[in-house]
Amino acid sequence: MNTETSTQTDPSHVAAPPVAAPPVIEARGVDLTFQTNDGPVHALKDVNLTINKGDFVSFIGPSGCGKTTFLRVMAALEQPTGGTVTVNGMTPDEARRNRAYGYVFQAAGLYPWRTIAKNIMLPLEIMGYSRAQREERVQKVLQLVDLEGFGEKFPWQLSGGMQQRASIARALAFDADILLMDEPFGALDEIVRDHLNEQLLKLWARTNKTIGFVTHSIPEAVYLSTRIVVMSPRPGRITDVIESTLPKERPLEIRDTPEFIEIAHRVREGLRAGHSYDE
Amino acid sequence: MRQVVLPVLTVLAAIVVIWYCAAVALNAKWVRDQAARADEQVSFSQLVAATMVQERPVMPAPHQVAQGLWKGLAGQKVTSKRSLVRHGWITFSATMLGFVIGTAAGIALAVGIVHLRSMDMSVMPWAIASQTVPILAIAPMVIVVLASLGIKGLLPKALIAAWLCFFPILVGMVKGLRAPDRMQLDQLRTWNASGGDTFWKLRLPSSMPYFFASLKVGIAAALVGTIVAELPAGATAGLGARLLQGSYYGQTIQIWAALFTAAALAGMLVVAVGVIERVVLKRMGMAQ
Repeated sequence: MNTETSTQTDPSHVAAPPVAAPPVIEARGVDLTFQTNDGPVHALKDVNLTINKGDFVSFIGPSGCGKTTFLRVMAALEQPTGGTVTVNGMTPDEARRNRAYGYVFQAAGLYPWRTIAKNIMLPLEIMGYSRAQREERVQKVLQLVDLEGFGEKFPWQLSGGMQQRASIARALAFDADILLMDEPFGALDEIVRDHLNEQLLKLWARTNKTIGFVTHSIPEAVYLSTRIVVMSPRPGRITDVIESTLPKERPLEIRDTPEFIEIAHRVREGLRAGHSYDE
Repeated sequence: MRQVVLPVLTVLAAIVVIWYCAAVALNAKWVRDQAARADEQVSFSQLVAATMVQERPVMPAPHQVAQGLWKGLAGQKVTSKRSLVRHGWITFSATMLGFVIGTAAGIALAVGIVHLRSMDMSVMPWAIASQTVPILAIAPMVIVVLASLGIKGLLPKALIAAWLCFFPILVGMVKGLRAPDRMQLDQLRTWNASGGDTFWKLRLPSSMPYFFASLKVGIAAALVGTIVAELPAGATAGLGARLLQGSYYGQTIQIWAALFTAAALAGMLVVAVGVIERVVLKRMGMAQ
């Protein structure tokens, strides 16, 4: 099993000597077994991974490979049955209580009775930000996701892609430097998805957040990530971790370069290898 | 507008025609009996005419009921004991009090059921059992027991109304408060939201469409409860009492007039809830 860890430092500090910055997320030997009516399901087996500040890490694999489960473990939405996970040096649950991460689900999950601005304010209200701070932050993140002027609209007045952008804005509104995204564009058509991928990369460059991104699309994973974690089912485990050699600046056309195609090829090989003794 | 009015009027006309036929058929026996007793022959036109104007018909004709209604609503001082406005008002006020009590009880129980496992396991069977008890049997006992405790007037009737009214609200609110899905609850968890936040910001707003649907059922049930509570001996006011007096003295027109008043009152109450629903949901942005 490939359990390589990244020692790569933040690209913006390349000139500085490689001071061992503490990893943002560190998983050691994580195991998770669900007890179901059909007997135990081994969702995660001996998962080891280190995510550093500013990484964009994609998790890819067929359904049932535990990619979403692993993301939920990081978010303290699931409790691992073995191994340790730290988020910002804390347990995931402490990190959750410190509001260390923003989580974007597959569905936008906007409240139909709140306007877009009020939806984005929701976590801020819960976290006790003042009214002035809320207004200011909403304007800021609406701009960040290109939704200026839509604050007073209700969710049903927006397209699916815009709703998903609003939900990303909501996850960005508070000061979490980790963004966990669970197939956020999975329900959108490919044109909208391309557009949002491009925007997400810009947003990542501007905010320097650490992003964990679950997807089942190979091009999406290769296009977005600095690191691609390939996973495989029964039991859910990591089969390959691929460092992307693509530059940080990525126009959509980069997907036609040989470099891109080669990384995609490696991901596909990794996925196939994970399946080899399946059937 | 014409598309709505025309079908409604057609159905109404059909009902009136059927009603007149029924009145002739059901009242004819008395006319024939009278004629036989006087040893007379009645022609069909005489028979029909005679079935329309009886004082205590088995089945009052529509125009008789309309006259009775008009006399009861507009032909009396509203303070008169014959005024349907007075009786309607008395029934209405008990209904509203019962509705408020029932709604509060229904919401409180639903909140408890959703938040406390012990209540979740224990309350529902009792709530269902409460509705299987024949209200007609329980109502007089409740009235009598409360009267012996010195509680009279509006409250005992309102309690019967609340008894019938809380159940649809309870069922609707449990469903409504549980409407948020796993993802929405997980999302609040990622923000470390408190139970209070979850309730006020997610569960309660989510439940509103369910709430109003059950309010419409509940307010009609409260009216039925109030009328049932007015039936036991001793009650002299309210539409229920008016119904009972009518049946004591064979005043079928009076019964039907009171029935129609009750139906109109129920209709108005449900429409009123519907209007409030539309305003609230529109203000919440949930009506598109």
